Amino acid sequence: MKLRMQKLWTWLTSLALALVVFMPTLAMAAKKKGANVVIVADTRELGDGIMAWWANLYNESHLYFAILTIIIIPVTGCIFGLLADVVMNHIGIDLKHREISE
Amino acid sequence: MDWLYVLMPISGIEIFWPGLIILGLGVGIIGGFFGLGGAWMVTPGLNILGFPMAFAIGTDVAHMAGKSLISTMRHGKFGNVDYKLGLTMLIGTIVGVEIGAQMIMWLERLGKVDEVVRWLYVVLLIALAWMVFSDIAIRKRKEREAEQRGETLDKNATGIDWATKLHAIKIPPMVQFHAAGITCSAWLPITVSLATGWLAGILGIGGGLIRMPALVYLVGCPTHVAVGTDLFEVAISGLYGAASYTFKGRTELVAALIMLVGAAVGAQIGAVATKYIRGYGIRVAFGAAVIGCLCSVVLKLIQPYFPAYAGFINGVATVFVLAFVTIISVYIAVKMVNGAKAELAAKRQRQA
Repeated sequence: MKLRMQKLWTWLTSLALALVVFMPTLAMAAKKKGANVVIVADTRELGDGIMAWWANLYNESHLYFAILTIIIIPVTGCIFGLLADVVMNHIGIDLKHREISE
Repeated sequence: MDWLYVLMPISGIEIFWPGLIILGLGVGIIGGFFGLGGAWMVTPGLNILGFPMAFAIGTDVAHMAGKSLISTMRHGKFGNVDYKLGLTMLIGTIVGVEIGAQMIMWLERLGKVDEVVRWLYVVLLIALAWMVFSDIAIRKRKEREAEQRGETLDKNATGIDWATKLHAIKIPPMVQFHAAGITCSAWLPITVSLATGWLAGILGIGGGLIRMPALVYLVGCPTHVAVGTDLFEVAISGLYGAASYTFKGRTELVAALIMLVGAAVGAQIGAVATKYIRGYGIRVAFGAAVIGCLCSVVLKLIQPYFPAYAGFINGVATVFVLAFVTIISVYIAVKMVNGAKAELAAKRQRQA
């Protein structure tokens, strides 16, 4: 029974991994069939600062744009979270203990 | 007053940035308190501020990932996140969402499915509200009965207790989830997450609204741990969603970051407020949130039946959602401030 369960688990884990690995390929293959709507950022009013660079990156490569976004979002979240920790600790709220009670 | 507007580099529209911060703050409070992503609240808000729908959803998902991460960090420090349970459920969630999304595409080929899905959402929300409020009523009854016997009800006692029966099904492997304080078959959280993921995929929602009560009533988590663990899942699925929408070019990062400024503060308030409110306090407020969501969905659904009043109903739906966000977030913020004041006063008294 235990051996069978182990086999089943191995099979399920492999299936989940295969799904994660192959899903982007399937999604991309499916995407080709649909009509491609391309949105282009208008950089004319943005000058030459960071906003213009960001809009140009969007126009040049959605892949790099996506990778940077996915890095920036959690990093910003962590920075804000740590800053809030400092503020809460300064106020004096106990941030490590709470009583579970329904 | 030009300085109050910022030009979005991708969509090319000018947005009232204090509005983004206020929206982020409100949804951050609610998300941190209930363990929700809150897309049903953010998307109409972003739409009002002038975002095209395509960018509103992508931007919402991106900000949701950051906000949920902040809340998860805070809940994690309180011991409210069961990472092992969250990761176990992630398997079922991913597979379930994918099956649900594929099923919707299949149903779309068969015919008009949109309305059916929305009505399914209404039925689900009614069932959720019924479950939460009947649980609260059962718990109150147990409290009264214990009082009559001259006893005090156990502080961890619950009203509806389906989880104990589900824990009795001992299909190997049995797993102990320490933070949640439960031991059950690994198949239980996987099956529950598969079902909630499937529903989320069919309904096209993040799933926090379904997963949080499922963690409480089916998996048997204490309310606080359900909130924290659900946020952990929302953070991961939010990142995946953000990657997907951004790759399609539908995310306005500048707006998401501005919203995160408000959401960072809000998420802290919401998460810390759970410390001062008992589990059933969270459940009552959650029931109210479900009813709020239900009203907004019904208002959207009835629009086609009254085409002459469609604009008016849409306006009412948006005002309702924003008013709801304001009332609930003010309630949570007041609870947090009062709780913190009491804690600090007690601390000073001990020191004196």
